[in-house]
Amino acid sequence: MQIEIKRQEILEDFEILFESTTLLKALYHIKNNTDNSLTFSSNCRSGICGTCAVRVNGKEVLACATMVNDGDMVEPLRYHEVERDLKVNKQKARETLKHSMAWLERSQEVSITKSQVAVTEKQSDCILCDSCYSACPVFEVNPNFIGAFALTRVYRYTADPREADIKASIDAIQTNGIWDCTLCGECTAVCPQGIDPKMDITMLRGTATQFGYSDPNFQAMDFGFGGGF
Amino acid sequence: MLDILIVGSGGAGLSSALSAKQQGATLKVVGKSYPTASQTSMAQGGMNASLGNVTPDSVQAHIDDTVKSAHGLCNQEFVKWLCEDALSSIAWLDGLGVPFDRTKDNGVAQRQLGGASSRRACYAQDYTGLKILHTLYDSCLKEGIEMIEEHMMLNLIVEDGVVQGATFLDIIGGEVVEIRAKATILATGGYGAIYKNFTTNSEGATGDGVACVLRAGGVVSDMEFVQFHPTALKSSSILISESARGEGGYLVNSDGERFVDELLPRDVVARAIAYEISKGKEVFLDIRHLGEKRLLELMPQEVHLCKLHEGIDPAIELIPIKPVAHYTMGGIDVNDKLEITGLKNCYAVGECSNAKIHGANRLGGNSLLEIISLGRLAGKNAVGCDCHRTTNNTSQLKTDKEFIEGLLEEYPWSQNFYTIQNELGEKFYNHVGIVRDNNQLNNTLNELRVIKASLDDMGIGDKSRKNNTNLVDFLQFINMLEIGEVVIDASIIRDESRGAHYKTAFPKEEDKFFKAHSCFWIEEGVLQNRLVKVVS
Repeated sequence: MQIEIKRQEILEDFEILFESTTLLKALYHIKNNTDNSLTFSSNCRSGICGTCAVRVNGKEVLACATMVNDGDMVEPLRYHEVERDLKVNKQKARETLKHSMAWLERSQEVSITKSQVAVTEKQSDCILCDSCYSACPVFEVNPNFIGAFALTRVYRYTADPREADIKASIDAIQTNGIWDCTLCGECTAVCPQGIDPKMDITMLRGTATQFGYSDPNFQAMDFGFGGGF
Repeated sequence: MLDILIVGSGGAGLSSALSAKQQGATLKVVGKSYPTASQTSMAQGGMNASLGNVTPDSVQAHIDDTVKSAHGLCNQEFVKWLCEDALSSIAWLDGLGVPFDRTKDNGVAQRQLGGASSRRACYAQDYTGLKILHTLYDSCLKEGIEMIEEHMMLNLIVEDGVVQGATFLDIIGGEVVEIRAKATILATGGYGAIYKNFTTNSEGATGDGVACVLRAGGVVSDMEFVQFHPTALKSSSILISESARGEGGYLVNSDGERFVDELLPRDVVARAIAYEISKGKEVFLDIRHLGEKRLLELMPQEVHLCKLHEGIDPAIELIPIKPVAHYTMGGIDVNDKLEITGLKNCYAVGECSNAKIHGANRLGGNSLLEIISLGRLAGKNAVGCDCHRTTNNTSQLKTDKEFIEGLLEEYPWSQNFYTIQNELGEKFYNHVGIVRDNNQLNNTLNELRVIKASLDDMGIGDKSRKNNTNLVDFLQFINMLEIGEVVIDASIIRDESRGAHYKTAFPKEEDKFFKAHSCFWIEEGVLQNRLVKVVS
């Protein structure tokens, strides 16, 4: 079979000799035998380290968790600086975790139940592969958007009974944060861990409302009465 | 000048960083990938602490199990310290926000792992390592700890036996740089990737720190002790956690017979499986009786991996497995302050080190404990490290720059090192693996030396300076060869069977000669060794 790989804006064809293999194995085969210079990132081979996300036919996937098909077009993640071929720099995306204060800000000792752990069990499955970041159309218009994985992480900590200062991160996600999301669900569609950031962002909006925040887009809307309500 | 340089950004490195930062030290954490990509993310089963939340337990029982599994090669005082500290390490992680599963009484949930006399492993589904690692990462971001990614350590900078920092290849820019500090902590991970394609480890587990210590004149020890995990997927070597057996999974051969108590220590189970395979049988893990609902609740990751890599549904089908290299007990020789033998102002922690905790065989659940408890200890000790006056001798930087330049410009590419690396991985699995034999070990050693001698004919096909992963792969291959030689040498010397090291011709433990740590170092370009008796 044959696949196309986008290298510095040029599509290059590669022949794959195996019938049934993961994309990552195919990439290794090319690098080890055909072209040493093919550059991509990977580590664990088992879908847990979050390193090998790429786009195949326009959809974000983990190369180690995707079977390769004849005619596939492979390209690097979007909205990341492409270092070389499929290898991208994740530093800018990682900065969103700092901006959104995605951590336990002030820890308190409380009893936690089984069902409370279950509330954020999925959210804490995140492997930081950046698939959701690449799939999000908001970055097209706002490169400073905090984005899905950071907001899911904020939700994880704000929903944790151990967090004694929810307001700190709720404050941090008002600008370029929860209200910039269009709730289109592209992030949810590509998450290899089955996380639903769209729902987490909706939940965060609810929490933000409790702290007196409201949707700035809604306030700015003009219904023909001179703006807002 | 920087107080502490931490090389490696997995669980051990990040724990060290948080503990050193808490004491006011200035520090940098430097890793060859992103912190969340480290091997720690792959740990599934759990982290041991004798909380006794599910079944009765005690610190003493944890000590006894660990010492028993170590087969005489541990520092019992240090094991005692670790097992006691386990309780506060769990509390520390809980305070950072690690989402451990809970019991119905709201305690941290605990599960059974092999070799443990109680349900002792604290867990977060089968994502324990992932959730601990990511929580540590979030905490490091909160504390403003500087983490430098995509820098591969080339060598330690040593002057008069005192470590001054290290040189790195900046993978993105292609430059060789040095980072100096008053104290250096190595948390660079194990060397399981020498068993390429026959290991659960990630591609990057090439023992870079261990190789750097060897080149710097420090001591490494017990390198022959490599744990083989009984249950990896047959066609891909992807790990199926021990929790699958802990929760009641069976091992059966192709005749449908159970042939071993599944909860015995990993070395015993791995050998039993290897024996079945040597008789021409296939071996399977059977977890069908747990039912789909329970499987998805307890081990969702395993179910997913079985479907993807083996094309089977473990709720209704048998899982084909084989034992593969999983954890390296040996490593950089350290004392109970985690100081490296033979080097000053330098510490090692986690899988790269041999802190004499696991001895000849590690218990499931003790590796996450080690990286957290001893990681915090390393950070604390490095802060208190005596500061020696440092010079600015840049000879190491110059040497390493010239070496990289040479690789980019001079080395030919008449032999494809990737092919040789794959062949060597298989040879290591077959001849330096679960069951060993001196003839095979010697043959493999000779072959490895031939490969080392022909390194000049290999080199890299990609001559780009920036983002050259071909160069990184080759540097890792060189480290693997250096470490591989010591692993074979140490295996040859140890004419006995102990824990994970098993020789057919010497099936028993021989305490008189071999209740000892095998120590290796390089002196004037020659590999030296000595057995250091365990005093108990």
